[in-house]
Amino acid sequence: MSTQPVIPPTQPRPMNFQSKAMRFNTARRSATNYFVGGLAVLATFIVLAPLAAILFYLVYKGASSLNLAFFTHVPAPVGEPGGGMANSIMGSGVILILASLMGIPIGISAGVYLAEFGRGKVLANAVRFTADVLNGVPSIVMGIAIYSLVVMPQKHFSALAGGIVLAIMMVPTVTRTTEEMLSTVPHAIREAALGLGVPKWRTVLSVSLRTASPGIITGCMLAFARVAGETAPLLFTAFGNQFWSFKLNEPIAALPLQIFVYAISPYDEWHRLAWAGSLVLIVMIMVSVTLVRIYASRGVLKGGS
Amino acid sequence: MPPSRMTIDRVSGSSLPAAPPRTPAVFAVANPATGGATPSPIRDYLSKRGSGRFADSSFAALMLLCACSIFAIVAFIFWILTVRSHLSLVQFGWNFFSSSAWDPVSGAFGALPFIYGTLATSFLALLMAVPLALGVAVFVTELCPKPLRAPISFLTELLAAIPSVVYGLWGVFVLVPLMRDVIGPVLTKTLGWTGFFSGPNFGVGLLTAGIILAIMILPIISSLTRDIMLAVPNSQREGVLALGATRWEMIRVGVLRNSRIGIVGAVMLGLGRALGETMAVTMVIGNHPNISKSLFAPANTLASVIAGEFTEATGDLYLSALIEIGLALFLVTIVVNAIARLLVWAVTRGAPVGAA
Repeated sequence: MSTQPVIPPTQPRPMNFQSKAMRFNTARRSATNYFVGGLAVLATFIVLAPLAAILFYLVYKGASSLNLAFFTHVPAPVGEPGGGMANSIMGSGVILILASLMGIPIGISAGVYLAEFGRGKVLANAVRFTADVLNGVPSIVMGIAIYSLVVMPQKHFSALAGGIVLAIMMVPTVTRTTEEMLSTVPHAIREAALGLGVPKWRTVLSVSLRTASPGIITGCMLAFARVAGETAPLLFTAFGNQFWSFKLNEPIAALPLQIFVYAISPYDEWHRLAWAGSLVLIVMIMVSVTLVRIYASRGVLKGGS
Repeated sequence: MPPSRMTIDRVSGSSLPAAPPRTPAVFAVANPATGGATPSPIRDYLSKRGSGRFADSSFAALMLLCACSIFAIVAFIFWILTVRSHLSLVQFGWNFFSSSAWDPVSGAFGALPFIYGTLATSFLALLMAVPLALGVAVFVTELCPKPLRAPISFLTELLAAIPSVVYGLWGVFVLVPLMRDVIGPVLTKTLGWTGFFSGPNFGVGLLTAGIILAIMILPIISSLTRDIMLAVPNSQREGVLALGATRWEMIRVGVLRNSRIGIVGAVMLGLGRALGETMAVTMVIGNHPNISKSLFAPANTLASVIAGEFTEATGDLYLSALIEIGLALFLVTIVVNAIARLLVWAVTRGAPVGAA
């Protein structure tokens, strides 16, 4: 038994909150607080300003040039008024459909592997990582790779080559979204299907994918919207065309390409068409992104931007 | 792995082939009215159709094949770029990246001006975008009233959805005149003595490209930073506040310090995008291969020289030099992105997905 008396803790000297130094310190801290808060608000305004400016100019310059001819006519020769971008809109449609046909099935299958078969495997982690890295590869590099792979041996530009480039660019986004959506499907549902004796492949197709389908469709639309505005990879693959073309192994026009060509041209008439084309492109993309936003939870958009 | 996963694998793996012999007996006991030996139609259907190891394993193999195609794509890109740039790789070796000659007529190619242009524009873009992106992320996660939160994140993500060529169009017709007539002269007058803002100002050049890039990479950095900040547990914030910190001190000590690794990752992802951005830069940078201290000088980046000269490249060596630039860009962006992803993963792993 200890006989030593318990030493009472020394009473701390009470802080004098009214001292001059203390008051100054408090004032400084609160000033910094307001100052930084103000900076954050300012930053937000500075960031939203270009968005407002871009949208304003698009509507201001683009809307005045939009008319029926824009959607029904091919480009007029230099110096002639009128003309439209009908063939570019159609060409973009052809390339994007090709890209979706190739890219979406591969992307979804890879996502299914990641979520249903590869949980926790080293290979799956490697695939996931590669997909994320592939997402960051510049589109122009994809463009010259497909140029070297498809266009060079064929010796001519083609719509097919354009479709392949965009398909490759869609794959990582679709894969990651599919995986994320499938991993939100509760295990109990799969177990119920398997418990009824349904084979695994059938469970994946009819139960897991079916349950996750709204999210997966959202992801596909997101990937679609991303590649719809891509220009750089199409420069050396689809190449562009001033006339109607429906053949897959011939150069084809695309809306972003045509905007680029018109924007760097010296003619006012073409600049006008470039603005109108951009407005159409942006409206198409915004509509799909907004739909995505309405349907999707936040998690979907993470890797996509 | 939780036990439920293992159960699923075991069920799918082994029970199906064994099931049919057992079923008639079970049904015979449970349901004598059906006449003993006849199995229920559902059982019958399931045991006959589409089950079995073959369908399952071939399906799994197909999915695996598609997953591995992602490796194949990366490997293919690397392989084809190496093959096609062989000519220039052999002829110039490492000097390609240290020589500043770019003369297609005499066949001398060096990528130094483009490396300089890429680094300078990306650096300028980061310099402008990072503080702003951090400000937006701090505002959205910590300061902003709840009802404003979703619209502001939506608007910044809208910036990410605008195609590169539209940024370029806006840059050519709005930003370039603005730089030439308003911002440029002001900068020359106030900061001309630094040497960065001297020389003729045509509106196109490094600075304009940097500004466009900054606008383009902002949404990426700010949305990732926001996600990372949201992954910081609230107990950290409460702990710091309980010590008597002001709100800013709470953000600095409790949030920013905890998420700094992730923020570095987000910035590197932005850098990866800036390095490879093509169209908008091509349209406003002036496309001239020179190295100049002035930020008003027209320049060229790795990506923009490919976009600008690829289709008119005559001669195998010219083409192969351009493809080698593409190869360099590919490798650099892969490394930058890989590091960035690892950093972001290190932070957000284990955090609830989409926690708001």
